[in-house]
Amino acid sequence: MNDKTAWSNFWLGLGGAVAAVVGVGIVSTFEWPDTESVQTGYRGNGMVQVYNQVALANQVAQTQFPEPEPVDEPFGIPASEFYENVQVLGHLDIADFNRLMVAITSWVAPEEQGCLYCHAEGEELSSDSLYTKRVARRMITMNMTVNQEWDAHVGDTGVTCYTCHRGQPVPAEIWFADPGQWRGTGIVGNPAGQNIAAPAAGLASLPLDPFSPYLEAEPANIRVAGDTALPTGNRTSIKQTEWTYSLMMHMSTSLGVNCTFCHNSRSFSDWEQSPPQRTNAWHGLRMVSSLNETYLEPLQPEYPAIRLGPTGDAPKVNCATCHQGAYKPLYGYSMIGDYPSLAAYGPPEMQDPPMAMPAADGTGGEAAPATSQ
Amino acid sequence: MADYQNIFTQVQVRGPAYAGVPIARGPWVRSNKPGFVHLLGRIGDAQVGPVYLGWLGLASLLCGFIAIEIIGLNMWASVNWDPIEFVRQLPWLALEPPPPAYGLSLPPLNEGGWWLLAGFFLTASILLWWLRVYRRARMLGMGTHIAWAFAAAIWLYLVLGFIRPIMMGSWGEAVPFGIFPHLDWTAAFSIRYGNLFYNPFHALSIVFLYGSTLLFAMHGATVLATTRYGAEHEVEQIVDRGTAFERGGLFWRWTMGFCATAESIHRWAWWFAVLTPITGGIGILLTGTVVDNWYLWAVKHGVAPPTPVAYPVLPDPASLIGGAQ
Repeated sequence: MNDKTAWSNFWLGLGGAVAAVVGVGIVSTFEWPDTESVQTGYRGNGMVQVYNQVALANQVAQTQFPEPEPVDEPFGIPASEFYENVQVLGHLDIADFNRLMVAITSWVAPEEQGCLYCHAEGEELSSDSLYTKRVARRMITMNMTVNQEWDAHVGDTGVTCYTCHRGQPVPAEIWFADPGQWRGTGIVGNPAGQNIAAPAAGLASLPLDPFSPYLEAEPANIRVAGDTALPTGNRTSIKQTEWTYSLMMHMSTSLGVNCTFCHNSRSFSDWEQSPPQRTNAWHGLRMVSSLNETYLEPLQPEYPAIRLGPTGDAPKVNCATCHQGAYKPLYGYSMIGDYPSLAAYGPPEMQDPPMAMPAADGTGGEAAPATSQ
Repeated sequence: MADYQNIFTQVQVRGPAYAGVPIARGPWVRSNKPGFVHLLGRIGDAQVGPVYLGWLGLASLLCGFIAIEIIGLNMWASVNWDPIEFVRQLPWLALEPPPPAYGLSLPPLNEGGWWLLAGFFLTASILLWWLRVYRRARMLGMGTHIAWAFAAAIWLYLVLGFIRPIMMGSWGEAVPFGIFPHLDWTAAFSIRYGNLFYNPFHALSIVFLYGSTLLFAMHGATVLATTRYGAEHEVEQIVDRGTAFERGGLFWRWTMGFCATAESIHRWAWWFAVLTPITGGIGILLTGTVVDNWYLWAVKHGVAPPTPVAYPVLPDPASLIGGAQ
């Protein structure tokens, strides 16, 4: 064996070692292919949902499904007559009211604080001195709004505080406006609000904050594709399309589904070929921007600084706040039947002060058509 | 005993370095000495050099270096000059074209100006390299097939980053420089224009792309399979009987009734390869300029058949309440 052969054997050996390390890395980091494909549409259209059995089982196992609190005999006295300063739940029977308070404590309050998380120690129960109580009151109204006015999105499953909070005082999935630290204010390095692995967009290099344009008051137009074969004046740019794309990636990762859960990928924009879930999601997007506008953003002055975002904005909701990786929050486990007090507003005259309510005849504030999904 | 193989050749016959055919003119006549690399000899020719750089090559490398510097430094700046983040995020980083609001005007440096500069230097580098390829081929008395094949790729590059953006009236239509970002751009392009799958020139481009790989595999396999009869001496074998070439040709006539010739197979391969970016570039150029939604275009022309829908169809909710979202 001459010197040159020895050298090339050395290099070949080194190359083999590098290949082995890379190979182990690939095998250990790639998803194990224990997946199941479920066909959801006509053959040849790619209408398939792909589930990873192990990941899905783990996800379900990590989800807590709380047992309903026991129901007590009604006292026959509304809470507003027994307690002071009951503004939005005054119409409830005391038994019902107390049961709901216990449930909310277990759903939201930290265990070591319990009732004291909202009711200041040593003060009357009626005291509003803690921000948590003032925020909780708005949250209860918001909860009722979702169940009463957004039937088109939440259907019979409904929502409770637990849908988002899951035992945490602050829900795991909330969003703040992008502080723009990646915008590059100097003369170089402007990534144009994208081109960093974006958690909101499933770690794509798509826009980092698809929430501010689409999930607040006066949401931007999501629709980008042309609706005629030949150009007829649609000037939507590819960059705008990337913002829509980022929002769609957020929806996809929030629900743990593929694009084809809502779209037929041969024509993403065509409603005639879209699964009914797309209609449900359409209402969901409007629900989220309405809730952020009406409930979450106006609470900004109530919060201490620690609860605010880097630009000082209030915490807001997106699809992941409720869904948390499931196509239906809590995989469709409905809790609203056990807590009918959260299903609708009380009679306006029983509120303190009496509230001007939107039409409570079930048509909803948006007069949007109800769907079964 | 070591034997001759087609790849990873174990036997290396080595004589004195070969300086190449004599050429009549040219200012840079083979001043540098060729060397030998054993490992390269295992996958190709062990002789390295002589390399011809020349003024065109130097200018091309310089422009390419400037372009890569502009792109790379902007990427690094976009993570606040953090070296670790630069490495971690490198596949995600990009230099973006200007926002569409600037149209075709010159934007500030940090809002697409750097992109225009990088594009200018990269294009200059590529065109200079094309000239170099053309002139070196001419100098050796070769045909210019390689230069024109390269030009086909340059056509697609220019359509994406120069011709189509000008026709659309906005530099913002062009592709960002970046690994994942240019892929996201591609997906967004298809979504915006109603699914590129239904663009017939996109389809043609795929036919030529996959066809190229098929032809490459067929041709490479045929030559390797007949190497034991001396198939690499294709041209001499054309005039002889019972050669490797005749066996190869007979094999294809046996299996599919028709065979290319030793010359025409290379024309097949050249045209398939060259037509891939040519048709692809036409498809890109028509998108947004002539056709706005390829799916609807395909429906209009009976290309996209209706398929049964397996779930209840609900109307566009925006059409019910007069919204425009």
